[in-house]
Amino acid sequence: MPLGLIGHGLRAGRRPRRALPPEARLRPRYDVAIIGAGGHGLAAAYYLARDHGITDVAVLDKGWLGGGNTARNTTIVRSNYLTPEGVRFYDESIRLFRGLSGELDFNILYSERGHLTLAHTDAALRTMRWRAEVNKHLGVESEMVGLDELARLCPPLNLDRGARFPILGALHHKPGAIARHDAVAWGYAIAAARRGVEIHQNTEVTGILTEKGRVTGVETSRGRIACGKVLQAVAGSSSLLAAMAGFRLPIQTVPLQACVTEPLKPFLDPIVVSGSLHVYVSQSARGELVMGGPTDPYALYSQRSTLEWKEGLAAPMLALFPFLAEVRVLRQWAGLADMTPDFSPIMGLTPVQNYYIDAGWGTWGFKATPVCGKRMAETVATGKPPSPIAPFDLGRFAAFRQLGERGAASVGH
Amino acid sequence: MTGEYRLPPAPGERIDRSRTVRFTFEGGEFEGFAGDTIASALAANGVSTLSRSFKYRRRRGILALSDRDANTLVQLPGEPNVPAAVREIEDGMEVLGQNYTGSLERDRGAWIGRFSRFLPVGFYYKAFYRPSGAWQRWEPVFRARAGLGSVDPAAVPGRFDKKYGFYDAVVVGGGPAGLAAAATAAGAGAEVLLVDDQPAPGGSLTYARFGVDRASQEEELRALVAAVEAAPNVEIMTGAVCEGRFADNWLSIVRGRRLHKVRAKTTIVATGAVEQPIVFRGNDLPGTMLPSAAQRLIRHYGVRPGNRAVVATAGRDGYAAALDLLEGGVEVAAVVDLRQHPDPSPEAAAVAERGIGVVAGHTPSEARRRGRAGRVGAVRVSPILDRGRLGKGGETISCDLLCMSAGTMPAAQIACHAGARLVYDRTLSGLRIDRVPDGMFVAGAANGRHGLGPTIADGRRAGRAAAQALGLDPGEAPAAPDDSGRLRNHAWPIFAHPKGKEFVDFDEDLAVRDLTDAVHEGYDDIELTKRYSTVGMGPSQGRYSATNALRVAAAAAGRSLDEAGATTVRPPVSGEKLGVLAGRGLEPVRLTPMHHRHVEAGARTMVAGDWLRPAFYGPEADRDRLVEEEAAHVRSAVGLIDVSTLGGIEIRGPDAAAFLDRMYTFAYRRQPVGRLRYVLMCDAAGTIIDDGVACRLGDGHFYVTATTGGADRVHREMLWHNAQWRLDVDIANVTAAWCGVNIAGPRSRETLARIAPEVDLSTEAFPYLGVREGLVADIPARLLRVGFVGELGYEIHVPAGFGEALWDRLMEAGAADGIRPFGVEAQRLLRLEKGHIIVGQDTDGLTTPMEADMEWAVRRSKPFFVGGRALDVHDRHPATRKLAGFVLSDADAAAPEECCLIIRDGEIAGRVTSAMRSPHLGRVVGLAFLPPGDAEPGKRFEIRRPDGETVSAEVAPLPFYDPGNARQEG
Repeated sequence: MPLGLIGHGLRAGRRPRRALPPEARLRPRYDVAIIGAGGHGLAAAYYLARDHGITDVAVLDKGWLGGGNTARNTTIVRSNYLTPEGVRFYDESIRLFRGLSGELDFNILYSERGHLTLAHTDAALRTMRWRAEVNKHLGVESEMVGLDELARLCPPLNLDRGARFPILGALHHKPGAIARHDAVAWGYAIAAARRGVEIHQNTEVTGILTEKGRVTGVETSRGRIACGKVLQAVAGSSSLLAAMAGFRLPIQTVPLQACVTEPLKPFLDPIVVSGSLHVYVSQSARGELVMGGPTDPYALYSQRSTLEWKEGLAAPMLALFPFLAEVRVLRQWAGLADMTPDFSPIMGLTPVQNYYIDAGWGTWGFKATPVCGKRMAETVATGKPPSPIAPFDLGRFAAFRQLGERGAASVGH
Repeated sequence: MTGEYRLPPAPGERIDRSRTVRFTFEGGEFEGFAGDTIASALAANGVSTLSRSFKYRRRRGILALSDRDANTLVQLPGEPNVPAAVREIEDGMEVLGQNYTGSLERDRGAWIGRFSRFLPVGFYYKAFYRPSGAWQRWEPVFRARAGLGSVDPAAVPGRFDKKYGFYDAVVVGGGPAGLAAAATAAGAGAEVLLVDDQPAPGGSLTYARFGVDRASQEEELRALVAAVEAAPNVEIMTGAVCEGRFADNWLSIVRGRRLHKVRAKTTIVATGAVEQPIVFRGNDLPGTMLPSAAQRLIRHYGVRPGNRAVVATAGRDGYAAALDLLEGGVEVAAVVDLRQHPDPSPEAAAVAERGIGVVAGHTPSEARRRGRAGRVGAVRVSPILDRGRLGKGGETISCDLLCMSAGTMPAAQIACHAGARLVYDRTLSGLRIDRVPDGMFVAGAANGRHGLGPTIADGRRAGRAAAQALGLDPGEAPAAPDDSGRLRNHAWPIFAHPKGKEFVDFDEDLAVRDLTDAVHEGYDDIELTKRYSTVGMGPSQGRYSATNALRVAAAAAGRSLDEAGATTVRPPVSGEKLGVLAGRGLEPVRLTPMHHRHVEAGARTMVAGDWLRPAFYGPEADRDRLVEEEAAHVRSAVGLIDVSTLGGIEIRGPDAAAFLDRMYTFAYRRQPVGRLRYVLMCDAAGTIIDDGVACRLGDGHFYVTATTGGADRVHREMLWHNAQWRLDVDIANVTAAWCGVNIAGPRSRETLARIAPEVDLSTEAFPYLGVREGLVADIPARLLRVGFVGELGYEIHVPAGFGEALWDRLMEAGAADGIRPFGVEAQRLLRLEKGHIIVGQDTDGLTTPMEADMEWAVRRSKPFFVGGRALDVHDRHPATRKLAGFVLSDADAAAPEECCLIIRDGEIAGRVTSAMRSPHLGRVVGLAFLPPGDAEPGKRFEIRRPDGETVSAEVAPLPFYDPGNARQEG
């Protein structure tokens, strides 16, 4: 048994040490205000403090800490993207994730289970070949695997050639991982707070104050605060907040649903994704199957669940694993996905000076939490986006310098 | 013998004593009666441990005898987590407990319970991560203990299906309130569906006790049920669970293996209430249950729940339960009332009359088990000083049944799915449903009503309200409903013990301290408390923990309960099987009219969207040879390919040409009737999304083809755009109405001439890119002279019903010319030799016409077309890539896989999109994206194969075959 727990046992009976800071008074001025206390905002706060010595930071959230998409995603981490820019970026994220538990002194339960993207058509095989080649070129472990290898990597998978959409092969991405999403937010929050960052929950930003094209502060439900710089990291509400700041984003916000089953004894090691069937699944540390599918077909700012989505998920899931027919779905929920035209995020400067943006995270935000936080912190601190995130600037859309990730990002998150 | 605990027969029981059912549990043989559930049959046989708990592997048995009880989930072959409390036994059923190592009785993993002090809430966040990577080694240890039941990958799924329903009012819950509501709404003329999860309606009336004398309540039950059964406009669905309520009263109701999807104009929630446990050390020992569970055992299954009972309560329900226990042959040792001064009630008086001791102002403070068996053997009863504090004194009472409840909370799930919230109400000392949306009415115990009269009256009120909402006349309002029956809960039935194990959440093995620690560590918002501790996240979804967890968390956070609020409730209510959700899993396959001819000819098919298409004809082993032969045959003689899967869209109306001018990049206004023209579609970003041809059949009539996979999208885009443009055109997707073939090769004209004598096929009369309508094999046909494969050829489109006849007649007519069918693979090769792109293969999600070297297909002078403005923007920025033809330098080299990278100076410079060995050229040809400067003929580059080897290639002019196009235009 690890020493930490023995210590806990010996202290049992005493009140535990407070890890997350208690609610505090909102001060009238901060150097930096970060809007959104999700994984991204908290990570940025942490790296601002750690790497740049900027600790006069307030992280503001309209709800509870990590209660937005951080709490709603399906926790998959991978870097098997299509564009070199994307692959490099997410690969850096994976490298940060690997050391994160130790770094934050908080176990985020990061588990490299391997990630299989199934191909049911020759077109899908072709895209996978492309991904595999780009990945390998950039030093990311991705390989095409045939049916024999697939049967070894995932024995319960239905490889019946007579299926309606028989599986032809797969892209195997060994570093593919899952983690405890909440723990990432909590770990960053605790570590940031330890360095002096203030976290204000239930503090909704209602307006952005600017002067001569430069941000000067934010209006909140708890009063006005002045600040030198603002970072917005509010996946699901990005366009609304940008509108408050006075600019538009090429984003459509659509609900993205997910569900879990009751706990089952472990039988599924890898994360399994089928782009053609639009479903994916992994088995959590608790034994639940965490399942997802396509985004809802229309734009909506609502976190409601639908029956249709769940029905649409079940049939293809059973095509992959027919024996799950008797397994029950225990809970379904929805997050909000800010979809960009090229399925890549938007990071960097905005038309408002000193107002920085971290948005467009569609269905791929969780896996970028550490790297985005680190690079956005650098952007806020220096006023200049560092080269790994420079290609993801907002300006690329006007110039059609898009980073086409549709083939690697549309499902499988 | 079907159990030592079986009671003599009594009215109202659900078992058929004439039919004995034999089953096994944990390998032991047991008998029960038809109608017994797994849990009731085992209880009749004195088995009290049904499974092991999630974290500490403690013995667990019946808590609520409901399907939402984590403690009674068992394993059947191929089916995990089966609710033992509702699944009826069948002959030969093999039942196992869950979540143990070794056997249920001797769980080798149960040692962990003794180390609970070292496993505080969230312990896995606090350790196991140093040194870096340690979790990868620890995780398998945790993983081995995770989960409850097991799946069997070899299990064959059964059949499931779905049914739709439409009602004026759906009443969820067939207890007294639901029955009254259904009868009232139906009386006003509403079409009503009454859904109840039990085998028979009646709810609490069938097992609970309202008053000292049960006779009047049985009368009431008969009357309520009779009223509903007599109404022709009420449909009663028993054994069904309303699992979810979605937008606009769209209900998911599961009955057995069928999903009923029901649209209700109004919903009446009469789901009753759930008893909330008292929290004390050992409150999870088998034999400790909610009073309603004991009452159900007695009334529904004729099972004596124990020999000697202690009833702990905070209201008159407990006294009623004590009376039921006495009737069920259980000795009642004492009634422990948490209230200092219990209200007098007839039930309490009856209990006193029967000589049962009542200990007021006391609570169970610790349940202890008897010997090695897991079951409760005694309970320590202590005086309550104030909130949660216990005084000295008290006594220990031996018992093997401990019924305990401190009140109830509404079964609020369906209301909460609709947007209602659970709020803490100080006057009730409990949770109440608030903010019920329009079109939904909450009645009975779910609405906080208590006692039979008030519950029924509230049901009638809800039924009237629903009828009024439906615009029906419910008649005279009865006298103001009796509002006296308000439930009061005990405000603080939580008694922490220095040694812990006083469980708040039975699913997750969470004791009081786990929750207070979570709050003290800073997870003080109730949503954070829930996530950090996982309270309420197990199979019972917080039904038995919500009230107490809220109390503990709020107190620890120093917040008042009103501020704390409850966590979000999400569907489904009890869990929907994936099979039920999937239904029959319809996966339609689209087959062309000629499909069976392909199969007869030995075709290997491939999936193309929803379609199956012939890839080539012959055995898989000869694939490469067959594809080459089929292609060579088109070049030298005549071949026939089924192109029915191509999209077909009719555009008719005065604005037809103007519409195409906007949808596609090319120009169509001056296209002559009787000619066809290439079409290329871009999206608003200037990305190529589809191509095909547009045949002008009349001034205001075009027949446009689309790619197999893109047809539906093209049609959708057209409708979407014209919804804004409002051009005077009619757009019809006729893909399925038409089918077609392409007959191609130098002898195609001779073949066709034999069966199309009325069509002048001469080059002069019917030139390349011409379109004609005429009879082919006596079938009215559209003939298109196209050149996709690079030979003289005709696409012949006929109404789908004639497809097979057309195919047969062409094969017959071409016999003399050696006609041979060819598949998609040969067509890919033929088109590649001609340098034609396949959208989606030679283009990707960002490819512009300029990048695809198809500027020729874009009429930039047009005032507008979709994507045009984007292309203008693209023009202002330097190009980054261009699609070009290439040949491999080494004539013997094998074709690189499509999507291999082109590497220059160690960097990615491009990508191969198509590559095949050309029999005509005797070498590998292909298309590739290259930097614009490198896309000039003669430039050399390196392709890297997946194995890391590189192969040299050289840019070559397109097309590779017949550059003058003499063959296709001849």
